Amino acid sequence: MPEAEAEAGPGGAEDPIIQIVGLNKWFGAFHVLRDIDLMVEARERIVICGPSGSGKSTLIRCINRLEEHQEGRVVVDGTELTHNLKNIDVIRREVGMVFQQFNLFPHLTVLENCTLAPIWVRKMPKAEAADIAMEYLTRVKIPEQADKYPGQLSGGQQQRVAIARSLCMRPKIMLFDEPTSALDPEMIKEVLDVMVDLAGTGMTMLVVTHEMGFARQVAHRVIFMDEGQIVEQNEPETFFNDPRSDRTKLFLSQILSH
Amino acid sequence: MTGQPFHRSRAEMLQERPAPITSVGVIGWMRANLFSTWLNVALTLSALALLALTVPPLIDWTFLDATFAGSAGKDCTGEGACWAWLDQRIHQFVYGFYPAEAYWRANLAVVLLVPAVGYLLFANLPYARYGRWFSLAYPVIAAFLLVGGLGLDVVRTDQFGGFVLNLVAGITGIVLSLPIGILLALGRRSRMPIVRTFSVAFIEFIRGVPLITLLFVAIILLPIFLPREVSLDQLVRVMVIITLFASAYMAEVIRGGLQAIPQGQYEAGQAMGLGYWQSMRLIVLPQALKISIPGIVNTFIGLFKDTTLVIIIGLFDILGQARLLQTNQDWLGKVDYETFLLAALFFFVICFGMSRYSINLEKRLDTTRR
Repeated sequence: MPEAEAEAGPGGAEDPIIQIVGLNKWFGAFHVLRDIDLMVEARERIVICGPSGSGKSTLIRCINRLEEHQEGRVVVDGTELTHNLKNIDVIRREVGMVFQQFNLFPHLTVLENCTLAPIWVRKMPKAEAADIAMEYLTRVKIPEQADKYPGQLSGGQQQRVAIARSLCMRPKIMLFDEPTSALDPEMIKEVLDVMVDLAGTGMTMLVVTHEMGFARQVAHRVIFMDEGQIVEQNEPETFFNDPRSDRTKLFLSQILSH
Repeated sequence: MTGQPFHRSRAEMLQERPAPITSVGVIGWMRANLFSTWLNVALTLSALALLALTVPPLIDWTFLDATFAGSAGKDCTGEGACWAWLDQRIHQFVYGFYPAEAYWRANLAVVLLVPAVGYLLFANLPYARYGRWFSLAYPVIAAFLLVGGLGLDVVRTDQFGGFVLNLVAGITGIVLSLPIGILLALGRRSRMPIVRTFSVAFIEFIRGVPLITLLFVAIILLPIFLPREVSLDQLVRVMVIITLFASAYMAEVIRGGLQAIPQGQYEAGQAMGLGYWQSMRLIVLPQALKISIPGIVNTFIGLFKDTTLVIIIGLFDILGQARLLQTNQDWLGKVDYETFLLAALFFFVICFGMSRYSINLEKRLDTTRR
């Protein structure tokens, strides 16, 4: 990852890398996303929080079309997500995703997990893919586990492998869907450390999480969602110290007071 | 309150100690498995008694009191089994009515089967790269050897018989039913309505009808409907039906495996940009098939034994040969158990082999511990 980019802030003269306009989505009759408008600048880091069922995971899953939306436009890196399968493939190549349950492939070694997509999607030669995989495994500090299977690793190690696996595609955008929620408390920090390190490289990141320390440390913007809509967004300091909406205040008091 | 102080802490950690002798090793195993409860003790002892009662007489009958020499049933006068027919008739049990001067072709086909199957089953054989190609080419080679043509004398398929016939039909069915079953299972879970409806209809129809009915339809009714010029070889027809029958069961076994794969695995593949067939081949099927191994092998074993149904088109497989010899004037009433025992032995060796291999494969593919 080029370190020089890290200095540049988000945005600049370019168009937003993600443009979501008037997004509406229903699960059956349930209106899960309501009139979402969201522009994300390149190199911007956004933390999305909110109570469970508020639609935050669904929102980021609309960005790589793991969920289809019924109304509105989602444009990622200049390509609009429609039923056009080619567009979907183009976008998925540029957007990495880390899941709550890691979703590593249990029948493949750590290294094979990391080289699978570069070899089959990017058509990269095996040796080159392995080199890149080792580079990112080193970056997430587990190069020595490369030949083990995911089932032999701890939860924190598995999630770090999952992050490395996504990075091996050299994506422009990384989506994190509650990356630390399935982890034992003592493993949360090692994953967050890797994400903070990634933030330092200037990666565009959308992170669904309740780790407010992480939000304060790396986010440019915090978004609070409830009942399928964006209720409040602000830069972290103001968001935490001076929330405007009552719902935000209630939510923050619930997650920060314990 | 026990009177102990509330605050306690440990200055030194405890060291590991070996497990007690009664819970590990041979004694531990016997205690755990044979003599754990009084009921278990009773069962163990009665099983031993049953073995003591049955095994020695069986050995006496099969080997010690048996007659091995002779030219007809009347030579078998002893108490034990009559094996005198083996010498003259074993070739019929193996080859059926395959012409004797072409036995070498059947032999060669079976010998070549060993590397062909070996390269498919075991990863670490020498020359593995060429071996896979050989495995792929083997069906053509075997068909050429067995049927002939291109310079070799042609052997009609109604001359096939004996154990070679069971092997030919069984292996063809096994090799074809797995891929067909996979496609049907994927089809049944497809989002495309036509593909799904076809798969469901096919699977449910085939599973809902007895195999023997399907065979009769294929042998007797099909020729009535088809134009006269279209004549499919009878053996081919039987093999097609047996294969499709096993495929329907296979599809359901594999569907079970597919359903056990968490949604997250599909999503992780999609999120990386893998297409449907890539996801299936690289991520989902390797895991689903691994889970399904017991069911798949179960279906294989069932299919292999169903090959004895070739009797209904008048072919004499190994079981047919047994029947044939039992009704032979020279051997009448003398070889009923013996011939069935031989047929059973052939089937047992193959089926037990498949079963053991599948257990070995499951262990080899287990990535959760090692």
